[in-house]
Amino acid sequence: MIDFVGKKQWFFLISWILLITGIASLIISQIQLGTPLRLGTDFAGGTSMTLQFSPAVEQSRLREEMTKLGYDKATIQNAGEGTFIIHVTELTSEQAHELAGELGAALDSEVKIGDYYLASPTVGAKAAQSAVIAVIVASIAMLFYIIWAFRRMPKSFRWGSCAVIALVHDVLITVGLFSLLGLIAGVEIDALFITALLTIVGYSINNIVVVFDRIRENKARGLSSDFALTVNSSIVETVGRCLNTSLTTIFVILALFLFGGATIHYFVLVLLVGVVVGTYDSICVAGPLLVVWEKGEWSSLLPWTKRPASSS
Amino acid sequence: MIFILVLFGFALWSIVPLDKNVSGRQGLRLGLDLAGGSYLVYQADLTGVGNGTENEIMEGVQGVIERRINALGITEPVVEIQKYGGEYNIVIQLPGIADIEKAKELVGLFTVLEFREQDAAGNFTIPATGVVGNQTLILSSRYFKANTEVVIDNLGKPLLIFEMDETGAQLFKQISTRLLNKPLAIFLGDEALRGADGHIIAPTVQAVIEDKGQIEGLSLADAQELSRVLNAGRIDVPLGRWNDGQFEASIPLYERTVDATLGQDSIRKSILAAGIGIALLLLFMLVYYRLPGLVACLSLGVYGVVLLAIFKLVPITITLPGLAGFIVSLGMAVDANVLIFERMKEELRGGRSLAAAVEAGFNRAWTAIRDANITTFIACIVLFWLGGTLGAFMVRGFALILFIGVALSMFTAITVTRTFLRLIVGGQVVTNLSAYGVTSPQTVRNPK
Repeated sequence: MIDFVGKKQWFFLISWILLITGIASLIISQIQLGTPLRLGTDFAGGTSMTLQFSPAVEQSRLREEMTKLGYDKATIQNAGEGTFIIHVTELTSEQAHELAGELGAALDSEVKIGDYYLASPTVGAKAAQSAVIAVIVASIAMLFYIIWAFRRMPKSFRWGSCAVIALVHDVLITVGLFSLLGLIAGVEIDALFITALLTIVGYSINNIVVVFDRIRENKARGLSSDFALTVNSSIVETVGRCLNTSLTTIFVILALFLFGGATIHYFVLVLLVGVVVGTYDSICVAGPLLVVWEKGEWSSLLPWTKRPASSS
Repeated sequence: MIFILVLFGFALWSIVPLDKNVSGRQGLRLGLDLAGGSYLVYQADLTGVGNGTENEIMEGVQGVIERRINALGITEPVVEIQKYGGEYNIVIQLPGIADIEKAKELVGLFTVLEFREQDAAGNFTIPATGVVGNQTLILSSRYFKANTEVVIDNLGKPLLIFEMDETGAQLFKQISTRLLNKPLAIFLGDEALRGADGHIIAPTVQAVIEDKGQIEGLSLADAQELSRVLNAGRIDVPLGRWNDGQFEASIPLYERTVDATLGQDSIRKSILAAGIGIALLLLFMLVYYRLPGLVACLSLGVYGVVLLAIFKLVPITITLPGLAGFIVSLGMAVDANVLIFERMKEELRGGRSLAAAVEAGFNRAWTAIRDANITTFIACIVLFWLGGTLGAFMVRGFALILFIGVALSMFTAITVTRTFLRLIVGGQVVTNLSAYGVTSPQTVRNPK
């Protein structure tokens, strides 16, 4: 039997590394861009367009020409196959076609605007506000759900809290990764990012509930007097299910990511990252966290301060 | 049990052929990001509109824009009012339109209706004018009071009744005196208002009209529509957007145009991607779960067909994120099956009989399936709301399809999979345990 609970320090260490990287990226982004995440057209306003070049052109050349034309602040995302998503200040569709024409002439490539999108600069702040409200409302609703789901447990607050910490962990890692992608690859977040984020929160809760549900059941059956053992055997019993579900979901999402085209490329990436992190967390973090709380082994949360022998 | 199967099979059969006929590209309603087309959102400047009448005015504006867009000959345009936080937005979806500038021009026009009289050739080309004070004025919907309405007379016929303001009464008196027994047509820009049957609405002046009048002989629908646009046309409601307290007329709040070829490209790629993903998924289920895996594949097949039928019959507009939602829901449909099978395997290892293992697997997995999907429902509901407040139609498409998909996946897992498994087990078709992915019933036993 694999000892998941015993290796908890290592899992916590991995989580800390991911979390700290993400948070650092958010802070650097805040300093460099003024926002923790690079905001797309939905939240910042302006015009974004999908430019399809044939033959394909290099991103650096496109960047060069854009700068020459005075669009040095433009965000350019590479969507593969000579397709780029550029985000600039507000342009009418006529101006956009003009710009595309100039770029095509300068880069000696035929260019087509596949997707032209304009959002008034005024709606950005409101959209961001709506997104924040949506996330808060969803979180509260799910919190109530978790409390309800574990209502029959002694110390249901503890279970709920562990689930919520695990969720925050998933969301922070995903958000951090996209902040990093925003810094290095110009990846922007839009309304679909929020959509994907809420979806993975749902998915992640789903996994945690299944694991906790099993712990609840095994505890009630009096499987072992040691809570750590109960948790571990519950994790081992559910690991097949968790991995299989995630694998099947990952198959389809990965296929969409690799072959699914430019428009939802990053939307699908959020889902992919979220499902992977969520699965990792439901197996390796949520349960052990419960053990830490139950046993008061708070030091194991900070694995670099102390290396206790693996728990019995 | 067989009764359930027969009943269920019958229900499926009634859906399947229906679906086969309509599941072609023509049959499913595709969103703008897949079909190509334009999407415009405007804010309305309602500063001149009295409190409490906004709803009515906006409905009128909606009617006016629908008329203009329909005149462009676009198939299935959608014009909607979105209201939130005291603000009114007009959302316009134009599938497959090439000339977005023309459409924007039409939308930006004012909403005032003007009356015209016939020229010598019998065409309505001359604006109906009168002189009030020293000014020559055209009779228009500006001079109507806000209480234009449709009533039903004693004979059960619809009657459009209206009142004029002071200027309007003077104008109408002059015009109706001059044009007694002659028709007056009503124009929106250069387009005459037409009834549902395509005829120009041109009531004949039967009496001198001053401050009150009525129009007879219209169908109920036409009368109601005319009343709406007359009310809306009292005030110009410019469409555009607010920017720092300034109203910028004719500039949309959101504008999106997707090229039809990009849409087709997206469809092609998504179908390829979904095909590969689903093939892998089915293969995995077969290899890992053997016979129950096959049952799950069948169950998923039923799931896919029923879902497509729902998309078609409701109908639900399919967008690119919606497709992703469909695929995620497929993953969750598998999840339900996996939960059941894992439970079943445990029961088999515990030494139970096949039939008992199937029942126990379902019963014990059900709470987990139910609980696990509730969170997804919560996320979907919140997202649906969020999608409504943003200009992002894609968010709504995703939320809606994911919701339906997950709900249906729960249903198919507990009905279809169960029925198939019961049939196989009950019919003693396959009794070899290795077909269920369990090597020996005695190898693993939970310590008691």
